[in-house]
Amino acid sequence: MAETAVESSNELQQEKKASKLAAISKFRELGLLAFIILLCIVVQIKNPSFMTLGNLTDMITNTAILSILALGMMLVLITRGIDLSIGATLALSGMLVAQTVSVYSGLHPLLAILMGIGIGTVCGVTIGFLVSKIGILPIIATLAMMNIFRGMTYTISDGQWISSYQMSESFVSIATSSILGINTLVFIAIIIYIIAFYFINHTRTGRQIYAVGSNPESAKVSGINQTKILVIVYSIMGGLAGLSGVLWVSKFASAQGDTASGFELTVIAACILGGVSIAGGSGKISGVILGAVLLGIMNNALPLMNVSPFWQSAIQGAIILFAVIVNALVKRGVDRNNLLRRKI
Amino acid sequence: MEQRTLDQNEYVQRTLKNKQEFSLKKFFLQWEWLLILVFLLVIVINTSLSPYFLNAAGLRDATMVFLDKGFIVFPMVMIMILRDIDISVGSTVALSSVIMATLYNTLNVPMGAAIVICLLVGALCGLINGLLIVKFKELSAVIVTLATMILYRGIAYVILEDQASGNFPEWFSFFGWGSVAGIPFILIAFTILAIVFTLLLHKTTFGRQVYAMGNNDTASRFSGVRVDRIKVIVFTLAGLMAAITAIFLASRMGSTRPNVAMMYELDVIAMVALGGISTAGGKGRMIGAIIAVFIIGYLQYGLGLINIPSQTMLIIIGLLLLVSVAVPKMKWNWKFKKSGSKRKLE
Amino acid sequence: MSDYVLELKGITKEFPGVRALDNVDFKLKPGQIHALMGENGAGKSTFIKVITGVHAPNEGEMFLNGERVEFSNPNDAQEKGIAAIYQHVTSYPDLSVTENIFMGHERIQKFTGRILWKEMHEEAKKILRSLGSSIDPKSEMGALSVAQQQIVEIAKAISTKAKIIIMDEPTAALTSRESEELYKITENLRDQGASIIFISHRFEDMYRLASQVTVLRDSKYIGSWGIEEISNEDLIIAMVGREINQVFPERKGEIGEKLLEVEGLGKAGYFADVSFTLHKGEILGLTGLVGAGRTEVCQSLFGIMPYDKGSIVLNGEKVKIQSPKEAIRLGIGYLPEDRQKQGLVLQWSIGRNISLSALSAIGNKGWLRDKKEFAIAKELAEKVHVKANSIFDLVSSLSGGNQQKVAVAKLLTAELDIIILDEPTKGVDVGAKSAIYEIINELASQGYGIIMISSEMPEVIGMSDRIAVMRAGRIVKILNRAIATQEAILEASMTDSTEKNAG
Repeated sequence: MAETAVESSNELQQEKKASKLAAISKFRELGLLAFIILLCIVVQIKNPSFMTLGNLTDMITNTAILSILALGMMLVLITRGIDLSIGATLALSGMLVAQTVSVYSGLHPLLAILMGIGIGTVCGVTIGFLVSKIGILPIIATLAMMNIFRGMTYTISDGQWISSYQMSESFVSIATSSILGINTLVFIAIIIYIIAFYFINHTRTGRQIYAVGSNPESAKVSGINQTKILVIVYSIMGGLAGLSGVLWVSKFASAQGDTASGFELTVIAACILGGVSIAGGSGKISGVILGAVLLGIMNNALPLMNVSPFWQSAIQGAIILFAVIVNALVKRGVDRNNLLRRKI
Repeated sequence: MEQRTLDQNEYVQRTLKNKQEFSLKKFFLQWEWLLILVFLLVIVINTSLSPYFLNAAGLRDATMVFLDKGFIVFPMVMIMILRDIDISVGSTVALSSVIMATLYNTLNVPMGAAIVICLLVGALCGLINGLLIVKFKELSAVIVTLATMILYRGIAYVILEDQASGNFPEWFSFFGWGSVAGIPFILIAFTILAIVFTLLLHKTTFGRQVYAMGNNDTASRFSGVRVDRIKVIVFTLAGLMAAITAIFLASRMGSTRPNVAMMYELDVIAMVALGGISTAGGKGRMIGAIIAVFIIGYLQYGLGLINIPSQTMLIIIGLLLLVSVAVPKMKWNWKFKKSGSKRKLE
Repeated sequence: MSDYVLELKGITKEFPGVRALDNVDFKLKPGQIHALMGENGAGKSTFIKVITGVHAPNEGEMFLNGERVEFSNPNDAQEKGIAAIYQHVTSYPDLSVTENIFMGHERIQKFTGRILWKEMHEEAKKILRSLGSSIDPKSEMGALSVAQQQIVEIAKAISTKAKIIIMDEPTAALTSRESEELYKITENLRDQGASIIFISHRFEDMYRLASQVTVLRDSKYIGSWGIEEISNEDLIIAMVGREINQVFPERKGEIGEKLLEVEGLGKAGYFADVSFTLHKGEILGLTGLVGAGRTEVCQSLFGIMPYDKGSIVLNGEKVKIQSPKEAIRLGIGYLPEDRQKQGLVLQWSIGRNISLSALSAIGNKGWLRDKKEFAIAKELAEKVHVKANSIFDLVSSLSGGNQQKVAVAKLLTAELDIIILDEPTKGVDVGAKSAIYEIINELASQGYGIIMISSEMPEVIGMSDRIAVMRAGRIVKILNRAIATQEAILEASMTDSTEKNAG
């Protein structure tokens, strides 16, 4: 029958289109991976000390914290939000935990970690409340909270550093010890990624985060509690930032007022590089890992290649700009292709 | 053209008033009165807390210190009316001042030319922001200026690394420290630019179109407003004003380095929000933001006098920003609940 | 047990400043397809949202199978077996078809709460196949066509095992063939025991499907009739509120010289090969289905959406139009379809709206001139009979018809030759409609050339001198007023385009 023939040819076309979109999104991760490998080769040629065990371990542990934060930021970006306060949350939690440890040196590392998560979550819930209940734009709310958290960190520390000799052995060892042969920081990051993978792909709440970002209007009609979702997302972000605070202080063995100042920008950069859409609704864990790893390698490789560390920020800015523009251009190309395929 | 319409009175079936009625209630229900009240409150509290507050020389110096970022407030008002945001202004200040200092110190460019180039660099930074935002509409101003915020300061670091650059000629200190007839030069410059920007926003067709775009970008485009052009101009102005800030800042401090003007964007956005410019766009007036500059400035100065550390100021400004964006929203919600079933006018 | 699966009594819903529903009653029998009709803005959409629990009514009661129910959110309604397919497809473009179908009622494992993807994909596939569609449930929703998305929405309703399915103007953007598919699916659903509320303002939908019709007008319940009980005329009267004898006023004036000549205009993916002419004092009707490319052609003429093929000759001179500003300067004005989003700044006063597109003329070297602005605004607002107290009244406080008059007044500020009107009477009540018709005729007799896009057959036939019919991006027919009939236009616009492609 002509009718069904028409329909199936139409649908065939649609399916092709869909598979092409999927192909492009796969291609972008493969492309990122290829770029990472290429970068590694170039760096290795320039400086053979790059691919040594010591350097690689160093690089991966450095990337662990970034990748943990990027995961939380991905969720925030998916809901069409942004969180500029995480560097400050990290510093606040790091400082409070470090102070506690310097007084109660017997504090179990696990308790220290839980304490950090708790502090971060409180910060995150506050932001979630401001964004979802009061309706303040995420950028404004988190800009304000960034200052408040940073100011609190300075105030409670009174401008003093807490350095390694004030911390207990067990606390510093969080970053240096290893579990099952894997550095603890990396181990924690892996555990978090596994939980997150399950959470966002296999639970209703996880999928609702995507739904809210993809189409807030229909989310309302489908009966999704947006307030709840936003509070959850910012709390997760805060909790991860709090956790990272503890890890950071343990790793660098110092807590200071300006810890991780500006680190939120690196985290956002990792997400954007990983293909998280700033317009909300899409973003994948695999992309975020690659984005974080790429930035981790760059930060590690620049000094090895004798590039002045002062270039780091400029390069990072240029990369973000480049990534978002390429993203936009690719999307335009796909849209244009789809239009051209429409028969008129 | 008007002839065609003005002459055809045969259709007039009912006349419409074209004189605006003066409403006393409306006049006093303006955000700016509240701001003036807050301003007076700040003065009174500061005076009662510290006997040194109302000291003429002290006030004068304080004004010189906080006014430099006030210049960025003018274009930021327009940007926020356009429902956009620019968080790269602090970095633009750093980049343009670093380039100015480097040109003078390292490349022996005359100071006058260096200043002009500084202004051009600032304007260029803003122009790039504006062009990226209108050419790539799928990116928001948040992301574009976030990226350029990192980029511009990054370039400043590439140029000066962690060095400071100063040794400006004697006369250059006039911008930051000089006075004309006992009035600080920076205050004079601020006042002149405040008048210029107030007129631009409220009395010209340009300003009217800015408001139109902030309320309804699509309808403005359909009405023949050149929306892209206006947006690019406004962002360029933001860059230019950041460069002016850079000049005053470098002059006052006697040198510059890549990490100057860190987080200026926050102070500026806080001033604009406190000034009653809604983050939802389309609303607010220049005068409110100007009053807000002085409120935050004197608040900072007064708190400094009673030995409240500058770090605490971060918390206070953050809270101030939150309160000033949250209060109008709460008022709005309350209004919605109150206004029952007002029928549409037919 | 009640005779009705769903009964609503005295539903009233108020929003700030508006009473969207005023004491509305409704009764739905089991296994019935019930048409809910009314003009735009009559309250149909709000009514559905009350049934589905999106809005809680301020007054009134709702009964399901004789049992009183109250919904505090959409989930409550879903649990009771009510599903809705909204007018604007409310999907999640970034998510898969399966997720769209199961959003809000995902299959999850007990205790762990894990989503059972495999089961859902299979179930989705089964439902889609039962609807005669071969969409892959794993594909991304955003990559589907409107008709396919519509089918996914229906699959969603089926997947909730809904007993009551509400369809809000599902045929608005579909071709006749696609509509026919939808009719069949709808009938199948009914035969399987679902009760259906079908909202539409197309009469063909109603006659084809429904056995009962309920009419809303101005937020009020007007009546409910069996489909055989009420004549077409009576139904129209019920919908529009009074008998329409002479809606289209007579027009004086003559058609003059050629103003505009469009030759082979095209824009990839939207329209192609569009050619027509327009004369002074002429009204050219442009009709066709929603999505046929009418708006896109006109927006190209106005410089919003630049065309990439063809030429435009204006007053004998070849022109290239790239921005609305340029179009206005060349003498082309455009009244957008969506006046609230595209036409007006709602938060602004009447006067400011009128002067917006003429600021450069009103201003003096960039400075605003209040006196001149107010005078022009007053003259124009009065010319089109805007009903208000002063030009400082906010546009948002006006009714739809008056807002449209303000939008028309805005056009008159510029020195135009050609005025393009995109659905000028959409969402406007009958009284205001004839006022707008009079204004249009008046403009034509003043010598403007007018292009009027409209989906309403009687309006196109009653107003136009010539009628261009578009289908799938092309002008398929240009009819003279004398020979234009509803049937001829329908035939030209509805014959399915996919047939041509396949053959």
